[in-house]
Amino acid sequence: MMNYASARSDPPGDPAVRAEDLTVVRGPRTVLRGLGFTVPRGQITGLLGPSGCGKSTLIRSIVGTQAKVTGTLEVLGRPAGHPTLRTRIGYVTQAPSVYDDLTVRQNLDYFTAILTPNRSSAHRRQDVDRVLADVDLTSHADALAGNLSGGQRSRVSLAVALLGTPELLVLDEPTVGLDPVLRRDLWNLFHSIAADRGTTFLISSHVMDEAERCHRLLLMREGEILADDSPDALRTRTGADTVEAAFLHLVDQATTAAREKETTR
Amino acid sequence: MSTATAPTTTAGPAAPRALNLSRTTATAARVLRQLRHDPRTIALMLLVPCVMLVLLRYVFDGSPHTFDNIGASLLGIFPLITMFLVTSIATLRERTSGTLERLLSMPLGKGDLIAGYALAFGTIAIIQSVLATALALWALGLDVTGSPWLLLLVALLDALLGTALGLFVSAFAASEFQAVQFMPAVIFPQLLLCGLFTPRSTMHPVLEAISDVLPMSYAVDGMNEVLKHTDMTATFVRDVLVVAGCALLVLGLGAATLRRRTT
Repeated sequence: MMNYASARSDPPGDPAVRAEDLTVVRGPRTVLRGLGFTVPRGQITGLLGPSGCGKSTLIRSIVGTQAKVTGTLEVLGRPAGHPTLRTRIGYVTQAPSVYDDLTVRQNLDYFTAILTPNRSSAHRRQDVDRVLADVDLTSHADALAGNLSGGQRSRVSLAVALLGTPELLVLDEPTVGLDPVLRRDLWNLFHSIAADRGTTFLISSHVMDEAERCHRLLLMREGEILADDSPDALRTRTGADTVEAAFLHLVDQATTAAREKETTR
Repeated sequence: MSTATAPTTTAGPAAPRALNLSRTTATAARVLRQLRHDPRTIALMLLVPCVMLVLLRYVFDGSPHTFDNIGASLLGIFPLITMFLVTSIATLRERTSGTLERLLSMPLGKGDLIAGYALAFGTIAIIQSVLATALALWALGLDVTGSPWLLLLVALLDALLGTALGLFVSAFAASEFQAVQFMPAVIFPQLLLCGLFTPRSTMHPVLEAISDVLPMSYAVDGMNEVLKHTDMTATFVRDVLVVAGCALLVLGLGAATLRRRTT
């Protein structure tokens, strides 16, 4: 039997996520086509692309809830979906997944009991208080989740993922429908968590202006990765002012390339 | 795909295959806490069977013997139906709200989830059965030859069977409308064939043969054994084992419908 330290003893230089020839089929459609990319540790990687491009499927593959995944997909040095990863990854689904008929605190109490059943209740309470403060919901701790606003509910969902200090946080569109102030606060929170705890973030979004807040970017379109770079490098490479312009440039390039391929055939 | 080594983290057993007591009880406590925020549902679950028994008692005012027969059978049928309905809706909500996906991405064993639900609804079923049995025996004069404890035992197993069936069918329901429709589809045929309306031996042979493989027939039969005999008969033991076995089998099938990976 191994101890805790050696369970996460994969070399520190290794990426948090490594994909090679990753393909996912859903029904008749091939949603992801032979993706290859890495997500570096301790940084915030943004997964950007239009709705329906396969972001959620990729995220579900990484957290191990997606079926029919082929190719290589390693997460924190293990095959995605490995049982040991379940305590090391925090996952926030696109729609808030919390119990509407429980209070915020009761929700967190339950999920922390599932994550860390062997910790003392004082310890767990501390953890719950910490994540409540993180998402700024301490004053709503005893409100029913179902009575909260949409933005508040998605913050409860985020708080659940922060429980137990996971090494990798995978967030599917965590800032959708939030007001600008809250969005800024959450991004500041992500950055401080990444800096203080060395947590790796993979955050999907279809809002391009959020790209500027990421260390690395994965640009996706129609099940393929268009670019895997830092925002600065991306802008320099395409000669664009914003990530949005860079993305459009890459899309045009890809479309032209595809058309040329078609005509030469 | 996974390797043979299963390293342990400080957070507990890494591969949550077997039941974990604290995760199971945490799940049961959570389900009960959800119910506590919904007092109307609790009241309906506990009071409707009692009201039905009172109603039945005075429907058969002129023939107390008929009330004995049907009343005892219903003490077994109520927990089955209630738990079936409650579990199928509750697990459907768990599936559609995304909380099931979240839980299965966490170190929660499927067994923990199912046992947690069974524990929570089993507790409600015990309270419901105690209330209904006490009312029937002492206030409505239900004449039972055997021990009321045996009535409770059968009622509890019926509740577990209802929970198991509810969990299983919820996998095939895409909406709460469909889940509710499974009630008539799964429960009514059993209700008609279980011997409540007429002894099973007097039915058409084909129907009798079908009723032989439906678990509710044994639930009702078990209740009637307690009604007529002072001690545990061999038939009673068989009935109890069949109901318990069916409950376990269907719980197993229900567990198979909980998939960590979905398309």
